Amino acid sequence: MSPTSAQTLLQVSDLNVYYGESHILRNVDLTIHEGKMVCLIGRNGVGKTTFLKTVIGLLQQRSGTINYQDGQLTTQPPYKRARAGIGYVSQGRDIIPQVTVKENLLLGMEALPGGLEKNRHIDPLIFDLFPILEKFLKRKGGDLSGGQQQQLAIARALLGKPKLLLLDEPTEGIQPSIILDIEHAVKRIMKETGISVLLVEQHLHFVRQSDFYYAMQRGGIVSSGETNQLSDDVIKEFLTV
Amino acid sequence: MELFFSQILDGLSIGSVLLLAATGLAIVFGLMGVINLAHGEFMMLGAYVTYVVQSAFKPMGGVIFELYFPVSLILAFIVTALVGVLLERTLIRKLYGRPLETLLATWGVSLILIQLIRSVSTAMLLGIIVGVVVGYLFSKLLAAKFSAKPFFTYLNGLGWAISIGIGLVAVNLFDKIRPLAKPWFGPRNIDVTAPKWLQGSWGMIGTIELPGLRIFIILLSALLLLATYWFLTKSVWGLRIRAVTQNRQMSNCLGIPTDRVDSITFGIGSGLAGVAGCAITLLGSVGPNLGAAYIVSCFMVIVLGGVGNLLGTVLASLLLGIIQSVIGSGTLLTIFPNMPMAAKGVIEFFATTSMSLVLVFIFIIVFLQFRPNGMFPQKGRSVDA
Repeated sequence: MSPTSAQTLLQVSDLNVYYGESHILRNVDLTIHEGKMVCLIGRNGVGKTTFLKTVIGLLQQRSGTINYQDGQLTTQPPYKRARAGIGYVSQGRDIIPQVTVKENLLLGMEALPGGLEKNRHIDPLIFDLFPILEKFLKRKGGDLSGGQQQQLAIARALLGKPKLLLLDEPTEGIQPSIILDIEHAVKRIMKETGISVLLVEQHLHFVRQSDFYYAMQRGGIVSSGETNQLSDDVIKEFLTV
Repeated sequence: MELFFSQILDGLSIGSVLLLAATGLAIVFGLMGVINLAHGEFMMLGAYVTYVVQSAFKPMGGVIFELYFPVSLILAFIVTALVGVLLERTLIRKLYGRPLETLLATWGVSLILIQLIRSVSTAMLLGIIVGVVVGYLFSKLLAAKFSAKPFFTYLNGLGWAISIGIGLVAVNLFDKIRPLAKPWFGPRNIDVTAPKWLQGSWGMIGTIELPGLRIFIILLSALLLLATYWFLTKSVWGLRIRAVTQNRQMSNCLGIPTDRVDSITFGIGSGLAGVAGCAITLLGSVGPNLGAAYIVSCFMVIVLGGVGNLLGTVLASLLLGIIQSVIGSGTLLTIFPNMPMAAKGVIEFFATTSMSLVLVFIFIIVFLQFRPNGMFPQKGRSVDA
């Protein structure tokens, strides 16, 4: 399993989540160390997105704990988790549609200490990573294309200077050149700021970039380890390729 | 022709009152999607705050009395905003996403507010305070001892029921003391005298007189609209409000305290209703039933203008105001005396206040057949998706 040289950032233990009466996540354990990228793989509908939503707090677990840094997140509302340093890029991207790209970016800084009142300057690094955003600053967020919205969603999450970035299928339905841009951006941010990433992904090339993998089946973790040990058999079983 | 213009001016001022009332609703209903049937009663509260402030200023007389109106504008905003926040925290918050229940609950609140204004007396207020304090202490005490037990919610409910009973007994006891039992306002209408600087004429344009009251109301609603627009589009809280109303879950995940944003949004919408009520006192006597006269028109304005669109709200309310005033007063006949008999008959038929309202509603119904999303529906990729 994972080496313990780096500090543990997020530790999820024995997590059980339900939608109404249907049992979605079953006794999930997962650990993320500082500065590492962890990939959660599995076929459609096994509970990967549910897991991310539980970590950010949109869904409440029925049992189990989520430890983040030294504190318990288990009962905190999402906005407190965001302020504690968890950035979330959802599967639907969830750009605020009727406000401009610039305002969407500003909203990303709401998670910083002092909120929007103290932070009004958009870090130019963002435009270095995603040049397209600078061109469209004045457009409505909802008018961007899917790929542009994805870049905006990641940029917005990064502006909150998270310690842990949750990425839910960032390459889904996006053209290959932008997939590469996103991969490079994530790698560069990790290298420069040492943040951790929890990635839910189907795109094999992106999965290969991660340090560790967890494979999910029917709401439970069935296999985990270092990504460079990930054999083709396991990939065939858990990715829809 | 002068008559026609002064009628238009009249229509503009009716429209401005409507606009004042609808701006608050544009936020509460247009942005938050809460159908607040007590919105009209918030206007009524604003009117009564004005009355109270006026009564308090009356003994001072002279120049100070003339200043009561600006003070009551501010106080009306603050008081109704606080009532709005209280309503949001205790009731509406629990009903988000359930429009039917919200509709019924806020209607109930509107009835309670009307009756409260009719019968509130010092005795009643003291009784209510006793009931709430006892209930609050009860629930604190119970929470300290039994909060982990499964029957806690029932116990808490029972505690509140008992304290309501204690409150009722207290009201009856206080009622025995004569000076406390006298209702503050009673069911009758109250009159607010407009300060001198608002009465009379503010000069002429050509041969058309500019009545101070009407001009003041038009200016006030324009100013408040601009302030609301600035607040929503330029301020930090405005951005938060827009984000939360457009995507609540994601806003929460970005670090925005959505519950606080909800309270502030609802409070500001309610406060604007209070200001509108304050302005309405200038136009005539007001009573506990004031809200009912405005609430339907307000919703109509919002729907006609396009939900969530301030410009649409402006145009719709001014349009309705002008139609109502020009048709309702029958001025068309005096301006164009040589109309054919049939047209004359139709205009005469609609030339009363209530019939002109009927005409307005017919107009809205027909209009919505062709533009079901109002004058300015929201556009863009996000709407189609």
